[in-house]
Amino acid sequence: MVFTLLLYTSLTVFILGMIYKIFTWFSRKIGISANDITTSERVFAAAKGITSTIFSLKIFVLLKVFILDVLLQKRILKENFLRWAMHMLIYGGFMLLLLMHALDTIITESFFSEYYSTLNPFLFLRDFFAIMVIVGLAIAVYRRFVLRVPRLHSNPMDYYVISILAIIMISGILLEGVKIASYTEFQNMVEDYAEADDEEETTALENLWVKEFGLVSPNVKEPFDQEIILQGQEVHEMNCAECHSSPKWAFTGYTTAKIYGPFALVLDRLGSVNFLWYIHILSCFFGLAYLPFSKMIHIFASQISLLTNAVMDNEKSSLANIATRQAIELDACTHCATCSLKCSVAIAFEKIGNFNILPSEKLQSLKAYVANKNIGEKQLKAIQEGVYLCTNCDRCTVVCPVGINLKDLWFSVREELIQKGHIEPLMLSPFSFYRGLNRQSIDSKEYLKPLIGAKKAIAAKCELMNKPEDIITLPPANKRFRDQVDLSSRSDTYSYCFSCENCTTVCPVVENYEKPQEELGLLPHQIMRSVGLGLRDMAFGSKMLWDCLTCYQCQENCPQSVKVTDILYELKNMAIKENVRVHSNS
Amino acid sequence: MKFALFIGCNIPARLQQYELSARAVLGNLNIDIIDIPEFNCCGYPMRNADFKAFVLLSARNLALAEKQGLNVMTLCQCCFGSLKKADHLLKGDASLQNEVNTILAKEGLMYMGNSEVTHFLSVLYNDIGLDSIKDMITNAFKDLNIATHYGCHALRPSDIMQFDNPATPVLFDQLVEITGAKSVDWALKLECCGAPLLGVNDELSMDLAEKKLADGKQAGADFFCTACSWCQLQFDTVQKMIIELRGMDGHLPSILFPQLLGLGMGIDQEALGIKMNDIDISGIESFLS
Repeated sequence: MVFTLLLYTSLTVFILGMIYKIFTWFSRKIGISANDITTSERVFAAAKGITSTIFSLKIFVLLKVFILDVLLQKRILKENFLRWAMHMLIYGGFMLLLLMHALDTIITESFFSEYYSTLNPFLFLRDFFAIMVIVGLAIAVYRRFVLRVPRLHSNPMDYYVISILAIIMISGILLEGVKIASYTEFQNMVEDYAEADDEEETTALENLWVKEFGLVSPNVKEPFDQEIILQGQEVHEMNCAECHSSPKWAFTGYTTAKIYGPFALVLDRLGSVNFLWYIHILSCFFGLAYLPFSKMIHIFASQISLLTNAVMDNEKSSLANIATRQAIELDACTHCATCSLKCSVAIAFEKIGNFNILPSEKLQSLKAYVANKNIGEKQLKAIQEGVYLCTNCDRCTVVCPVGINLKDLWFSVREELIQKGHIEPLMLSPFSFYRGLNRQSIDSKEYLKPLIGAKKAIAAKCELMNKPEDIITLPPANKRFRDQVDLSSRSDTYSYCFSCENCTTVCPVVENYEKPQEELGLLPHQIMRSVGLGLRDMAFGSKMLWDCLTCYQCQENCPQSVKVTDILYELKNMAIKENVRVHSNS
Repeated sequence: MKFALFIGCNIPARLQQYELSARAVLGNLNIDIIDIPEFNCCGYPMRNADFKAFVLLSARNLALAEKQGLNVMTLCQCCFGSLKKADHLLKGDASLQNEVNTILAKEGLMYMGNSEVTHFLSVLYNDIGLDSIKDMITNAFKDLNIATHYGCHALRPSDIMQFDNPATPVLFDQLVEITGAKSVDWALKLECCGAPLLGVNDELSMDLAEKKLADGKQAGADFFCTACSWCQLQFDTVQKMIIELRGMDGHLPSILFPQLLGLGMGIDQEALGIKMNDIDISGIESFLS
């Protein structure tokens, strides 16, 4: 009764949760392209896409991916054997337990008419599968907490999943152990199944079970009388053996029973069988009910991600289906951090300290962002910097074990965030190259806005530049600013500049304009002099700084060995850092 | 001869033909290529924003190569420039080295400055030598005019790069000429391709590329030849975009040096990724003798 009630409650929560999840897959919007598509359009496009795929040759691709990537998890194997072994043990063991043990009345019984959970091979297999899961979990704990793989971060969800699985497995084994040793269980079994109403026969059976099968009885102790044991054997063969293999086959439970030793009697009297049964059942049901809301949802979402990415083609697939896939992909992520281990810029996290540089963490932040787009400016800026600080090398996408098309996700989110109007100073660096290459896929009106915004935001803080009519009073030297320009090797060489203008003459950017002064603000030699005079505003405020190609012509041709390009690099560093700081405080 | 091959970020994602053709050519020349999958970004795009993060990115690569006792060969000149620059800075600044090594120590790495950084072209020119390569040319080009594009970061700053004479370099031209092609003289040969500003100031970036295209064509070149991923993307992918956006007439396709050399060595087109360029270069076959 309690069992049925709990089962149906958790099943109901699970089903409602799944319905809610599926609804979010079709309704949540990530990236610019998803904005104008309604939920019903997405459902319709998905139905159409699925039907046309199933009735085409692509069905073979799906089949292949299902076997190799979903069932055999080839993609994890390619990355790391230990991880593959870990996941296969957990997922294989758990699925087999689910099918054979948890759903025994539905599945196992219909395939094996002779099924008894206490009979081999089922008795042995149940323990074997449990050990698989436990070994897998041990590897997971080892990787996360002992090996301390760099850039593999663990969050509360990771702890939860390891814990819930561990509780289910360990409570199951402890339960099996107390049941094997339990005298009450023995008495109940005798009453229910044995036809031995003769006291002598029952005692003989009890002797045998104590000697051979781990039972702990208050009445029977060593040494055993050989004759009684033989008689017990006979009774056992007659009444029990048909439906009960030796509990020794349940090797984890049997070992546990042996470990309880004499305490088994106390445990039995305290009702530990009942207690552990509740723990086991409740943890299973909790795991089931919470599944749609935990990262365990990946058991569904990752399959969809692998299968859809195998047959979808970004050029041809409908935007509606891409939007839906990207929403599902967020749930497909298992936070395994393969992407962060392979990420080309991951190490920059150590210096910059923004977690969102690491793809695996970025994805976690995006989940929160997509669920609630008003997550606050600070968090939003952190995600934006993380998404922008990316060389688009595609390694994360290539290695993702669940096949998430991360590169498209980043591109689409990057556009959405920068178009919201938050200033991103990293836009003024070669990190923008990829965006430039793809400018034809971005709305041309929206393309320039964030770039202009970033340049303006920096220039706005340079008053001297903005009021050219003001006369600069002498001595204006901002000594602190001047001393800061000393990060890289000998960049303080600006003081050697005597304004011969060689740098400006050879600069291809200056050369490109008819009226360079008007276009660029200050020219390279003027910037050098501004630094020498400590005129911060002049150095930061000129457009020239952001239009510098870093081609090193100026530096190469300076007769005074001023490190012109290196100084320009440094000024950019300083302006960007200052802008980030000022902005995050506001 | 053994090198750790540094392919960077652009090549595996957007310019696989560079890696393909370079491997094919290096294989023919019996150069041992070691792959270090842990390599990360050279740090180049970080230089505008955070100097120390740039040095850290570079230093990690150098430390990885050093751990295996290998020198690093880059294909891209911006990777080349950045790794060399970082190496130079680290060698001259003990406290910076310390700071970087404290972070690298977390994954058992350490930068000590024992690994040298070189570029694909330098390896061909200095380590293998023109004569040995010439012996491998089976299908020399005839009547083919090439505009060699050196790439800024290989040449400058010359005190650090030590690649060739920064004002009158010959290394790349001589390499091109052993294939039988003629390296034409063109005025803007040593100027920037414009790629660093793509995405920041597209008009300026495209202006610079367009000027170089016009100049190369005027000098009678049939093809550009590059040995840098940024320059090649600018002259191939971005040139295609310029044609579409600005309606520029005529074009000057760009071939990667290992593609050119590979064809001269008689390597199969497919192995050189000839068909993978955005602007078709298959016409170059007609110049083979």
